[in-house]
Amino acid sequence: MTTVGELRAALPERASAWLETASARVGADPAALRTLFPGVGRHCGRGPLGIPEWTVDDAVRVLLLTAASDVVNELPGLYRYGDANEKRAVLRGLSFVDPNVFGLELVADALRTNDTRLVAAAMGEYAAARLDDSAYRHGVLKCVFMGIPLNAVAGLDRRTDEELVRMMRSFAAERTAAGRPVPDDLVALVPDLSREDS
Amino acid sequence: MRIFDPHIHMSSRTTNDYQAMYDAGVRALVEPAFWLGQPRTSVGSFTDYFDSLVGWEPFRASQFGIRHHCTIALNPKEANDPRCAGVLDVLPRYLEKDGVVAVGEIGYDSMTAEEDKVFAAQLALAIDHALPALVHTPHRDKAAGTERSIAVVRESGIEPERVVLDHLNEVTVRMVKESGCWMGFSIYPDTKMDEERMVAILREYGTERMLVNSAADWGKSDPLKTVRTAEAMLAAGFSADDVDLVLWRNPVEFYGQSGRLDLSEVDATAGEFEGNSVLRGARK
Repeated sequence: MTTVGELRAALPERASAWLETASARVGADPAALRTLFPGVGRHCGRGPLGIPEWTVDDAVRVLLLTAASDVVNELPGLYRYGDANEKRAVLRGLSFVDPNVFGLELVADALRTNDTRLVAAAMGEYAAARLDDSAYRHGVLKCVFMGIPLNAVAGLDRRTDEELVRMMRSFAAERTAAGRPVPDDLVALVPDLSREDS
Repeated sequence: MRIFDPHIHMSSRTTNDYQAMYDAGVRALVEPAFWLGQPRTSVGSFTDYFDSLVGWEPFRASQFGIRHHCTIALNPKEANDPRCAGVLDVLPRYLEKDGVVAVGEIGYDSMTAEEDKVFAAQLALAIDHALPALVHTPHRDKAAGTERSIAVVRESGIEPERVVLDHLNEVTVRMVKESGCWMGFSIYPDTKMDEERMVAILREYGTERMLVNSAADWGKSDPLKTVRTAEAMLAAGFSADDVDLVLWRNPVEFYGQSGRLDLSEVDATAGEFEGNSVLRGARK
């Protein structure tokens, strides 16, 4: 998994400078996150970070969470009042700061949306380690259904079970019956996808 | 002809309106936060509305090639309802969002003590968040309300060139011009102001610091009144450059003071918002 050190090292100079000042503020007062979090893209940029799947604004927001004191009480508000970019960063941050009881609530909220950016971010390492079997399977199925590439989903190697495979086969059968294509990465995940006993 | 509508409530309009606006030359707009045509009863009703102004509505506009920005505030009508006062506490979060280009609509409705307090508090927020302010002038007792609004703006310490007083008419335009604030005019089918009167005002007071909007909402209004005013200006002998100044460069200059206007061309094919496409039937 990507580390704080790797994210920090990959930041462009302008973003590093802004992050340094902002980190000092949220270190002293976590409530400062409420007004610093939304403007990160304007101040630091939104381009690719140079680490696959990461943008500069995502990385700065996650690093800002790690710099805040007592961040756990701010997380629900940052997510509730966040726009889609802020929500995504909170979800990615769940693997970097301890969200206590709020973590799975935020994951569940994101999985209820139909926003591919949020659903993909929700199915990260944090969710892979904690979702119960049913919720995990439905999260994976929702990704497949929405066309989110499965390489964005954490934990498939250890959490794919017979029931998930059955659900995938059933999904593939429905698609095939409708004359619609089955996603390639599903074919790779499920051996013998078109078996008829599903 | 390119048009920037600096005040229109798109949440209450249809996709047909977006299409007609695009076809007529509208490429950018600002949607100020106001009431819903009926009173809200809780803070949650505001925050869901604000989420829509910074999320769903800009996405909907982008599907039609139009850039959508918004202003955020507790409006003067609902400033009087104690059930809504808690909105002030969540404003600082929203005033930092990328698509928010001013604090508004603020100002007076019935000129109560509560309105005084909320108006002043929100001008202070505009200063704190480095945003311009959009001030609604009251429909009743307009001249006195406008005069009092100018006084409150002056006391707040915000620079007058960062403030627009909106819904002006023949009676209120001069005092606003003299104050150094921007002058906003809402062109309506029957009431506030019409195209011909607007042209007469532009003749008398000039085109500088002038903003013309449709203020279209859920009431009887017309989202193409900006375009109709542009046509009336041309028919009255104003040049194409005058029209471009009033209907594009002026709003860009005013809201550009926020540093957050994004006027790059819209990629209308850019997918979906939270899984909802407004182009129903386009998906295969």
